Amino acid sequence: MSEQRSTLKKLTQYEQTPLLIALLAICAFLSFKSDVFLSVDNIMNVLRQSSIELIAALGMTMALLAGQVDLSIGSLLAVVGIVTVSIYNMSGSVFLAVVAAIIVGVAVGLINGALVTKTKINALIATLGMMAVLRGIGYLSTNARAVQTEGDTLKLIGTGYVGPIPIPVIIAVVVLVAFYYILNHTTFGRYVYAAGGNEKAALSSGLPVSKIQIWVFIICAVTAAISGLITTGRLNSFQPTIGVGFELNVIAAVILGGTRLTGGEGTISGTVLGVLILGVLSNGLVLLDVNSFWQEVVRGGVIILAVIIDEYRKRAQQKQLQASVKDKKQEHVQPIEEESTTKANIS
Amino acid sequence: MAELSPVLEMKNISKQFFGFYALKNVDFNLYPGEVHSLLGENGAGKSTLIKIMAGVNSLEQGEYLVDGKKVEVKNPRGAQELGVNVVFQELNLVPSLSVAENIFFGRLPKKALGRVNWNKLYQDTEVLLEEVGLEINPRTRVGLLGVAQQQLVEIAKALSHESKVIAMDEPTSALSYKEIERLFLLIEKLKKKGVGIIYVSHKFDELFRITDRITILRDGEKVGEVKTKETDSEELISYMVGRQLSNLYPKMDVTPGDVAFQVKGLTSDKVKDINFYVRKGEIIGFSGLMGAGRTELARAIFGLDQTHEGQIIIEGKEVPRNSAKIAVQRGIGYIPEDRKEEGLVLSASVRENMTISVLKNFVEGGRINKKKEFDCTQGAIEDLRIKTQSSEQKIVSLSGGNQQKVILARWLIKEDLKVLILDEPTRGIDVGSKSEIYRLISELASKGIAVLMMSSEMPELLSMCDRIYVMKEGELAGELSQNEATQEKIMSKAIGGI
Repeated sequence: MSEQRSTLKKLTQYEQTPLLIALLAICAFLSFKSDVFLSVDNIMNVLRQSSIELIAALGMTMALLAGQVDLSIGSLLAVVGIVTVSIYNMSGSVFLAVVAAIIVGVAVGLINGALVTKTKINALIATLGMMAVLRGIGYLSTNARAVQTEGDTLKLIGTGYVGPIPIPVIIAVVVLVAFYYILNHTTFGRYVYAAGGNEKAALSSGLPVSKIQIWVFIICAVTAAISGLITTGRLNSFQPTIGVGFELNVIAAVILGGTRLTGGEGTISGTVLGVLILGVLSNGLVLLDVNSFWQEVVRGGVIILAVIIDEYRKRAQQKQLQASVKDKKQEHVQPIEEESTTKANIS
Repeated sequence: MAELSPVLEMKNISKQFFGFYALKNVDFNLYPGEVHSLLGENGAGKSTLIKIMAGVNSLEQGEYLVDGKKVEVKNPRGAQELGVNVVFQELNLVPSLSVAENIFFGRLPKKALGRVNWNKLYQDTEVLLEEVGLEINPRTRVGLLGVAQQQLVEIAKALSHESKVIAMDEPTSALSYKEIERLFLLIEKLKKKGVGIIYVSHKFDELFRITDRITILRDGEKVGEVKTKETDSEELISYMVGRQLSNLYPKMDVTPGDVAFQVKGLTSDKVKDINFYVRKGEIIGFSGLMGAGRTELARAIFGLDQTHEGQIIIEGKEVPRNSAKIAVQRGIGYIPEDRKEEGLVLSASVRENMTISVLKNFVEGGRINKKKEFDCTQGAIEDLRIKTQSSEQKIVSLSGGNQQKVILARWLIKEDLKVLILDEPTRGIDVGSKSEIYRLISELASKGIAVLMMSSEMPELLSMCDRIYVMKEGELAGELSQNEATQEKIMSKAIGGI
């Protein structure tokens, strides 16, 4: 067992090493170039910003692992925003606002999941449609005007601290731990990997694949709702354009973290690194006073580069694999000979 | 034949992959009008040899002669120009193009101004389709065809070239009885025309029927060459595995108990009013032509395909239909026909593939007890002698036989398994592993599990099953006990009206 655990550990470490090196290299470079970069304030700032993306990225990781994708999360941010602000302004209760945000997340996830599993529409298309619908609802609700919150408790979710640590970071860590646990230690997590790795095989193993997929969409949308809640708190208002392009940034971070679009392969640790790399990168570009349009270009370039590297690594692995298969074939003959002596026991 | 000279000769061929010999000093020759089989377990080097002939793999050491002249084949096109055509096991067709376009891919007949002469194309294609016995419109998109039909299109494609040599790599693996007969007639015809045929197959009955010579490879070396008339299957097997394999079908004698499993009036879109029963410890076979509904029946029972009517009863208790999850809960296991497509999560490890159906058993306090899971996997790896470096090895790196054992283990470790449905349990598996899988199935039955075996391989049905149901067009067309069942009787029921 201990042996198994250590080899597993080595493997994950090996897989994440390039990303970790990249992150450290970017940090090292930025700490040379900018005096501010390593200041506590800036680090907290990066972490808080990354937290918002990380929470949604965790949900997205699960969706991609299950072989699905959810493009509607950016627009969901807007709907969550208006719902949260309205409820808060009406009731003055942060608790009610949070509950409402979660309910919106569950509802949207349920609709996405039902669309994909019941009508068999491709997830990309179904959630692309949902993305437009939700964005439209966001604009319609206020005629595209911003709405200010009336009170200062909601903004604590986005800007408050516990000790030196920003509240969003704490929320992100809690969600992170929950995801790690679900994906690595529960049957549901393993079903997610199996359903995404090969849906037909999952079916022929007797897994309730549709149910799993619906849950994945719900979980993904709820994480996005939490991100939306934090964003709204940070802005202390509803902005109809919040979350435009958010889904692409989140998917990019997840892919950068090594999760495959084809499903079944990916890790939580990879996603954390993916989010941090993109977070540090945009922070660095701001600190270095790079034109904000260039930031987009750099971000896109990094993602393409990451996928290319990943593709090469995959090919190298396959070569290794082929070699090991050949080796095994060589020793194929003699083991059959024990047939008469050892009688197999089936338990 | 002795006075002729070989149309194709391979002398002293060696080929290395990653420093390991895939072929070592192999000689092979083929005379015009001869059917020469390459036989060997998976990984013995058959495919590598054929790929060298076809110009897919490069020739590193040795000589390759066509019509007595040394040739250098750099790519498949080069081989085709020499008249050497190969029908590969993996299909190489473009699904979005028509049958005709696939057959004449890259050499469509032209009219003036480079326009395609569609009429001629379709006419030529029709002639070829007629020859392989495929009754479809040449305009049909290949993607709409079944595997068997695609296989026949591949053969038609080989025929469309002026061939001196046609190599076929397991051409019948997807074909039904009727289509195989058609193929054999075609092979006879090609023989008469003086075409040399290389025929790779695991099916001994086919080898004895149509081949003239058999060359046996083992671990990349040629271990024997025999005239088909002068050999028997025992000799061939001993060449293949390097020892005498006492019994390919280790069927145990089990006295069947009470009825364990019953299906009454089961009807889906694909199967109609199916009624049968299985006693405890019985192995029941389902035979029938391609498309007779064997796979569809398996899927309907397991709840993967929607059923409209009928009852599924385990030990007197009815099982709700149309849910694989409930089927598993009530003790039904299912091993699908296509291992890679429907059975395995290729990106996952041996352990993850094995335990997926019984994962709940390892849960303690909301989390999976990984030690328990690991021990269970390890036990099954040892019991079934699955050849893998460890339980954490990715399943893709295992051989077909060992992958199949992992899927078997998936259900063997289920303690309350009562019924196991196997669809083509030994497809594409080498003889050694085949025998082991039969032994496992036999042991399962002896433990009182009701076994259903859907298979297109007559010998395995006849040797392994206590009773055989024959299917025809989605219905049960007859039932035969082991004593009365013969290949002919099954066929006559499968075709019907005889």
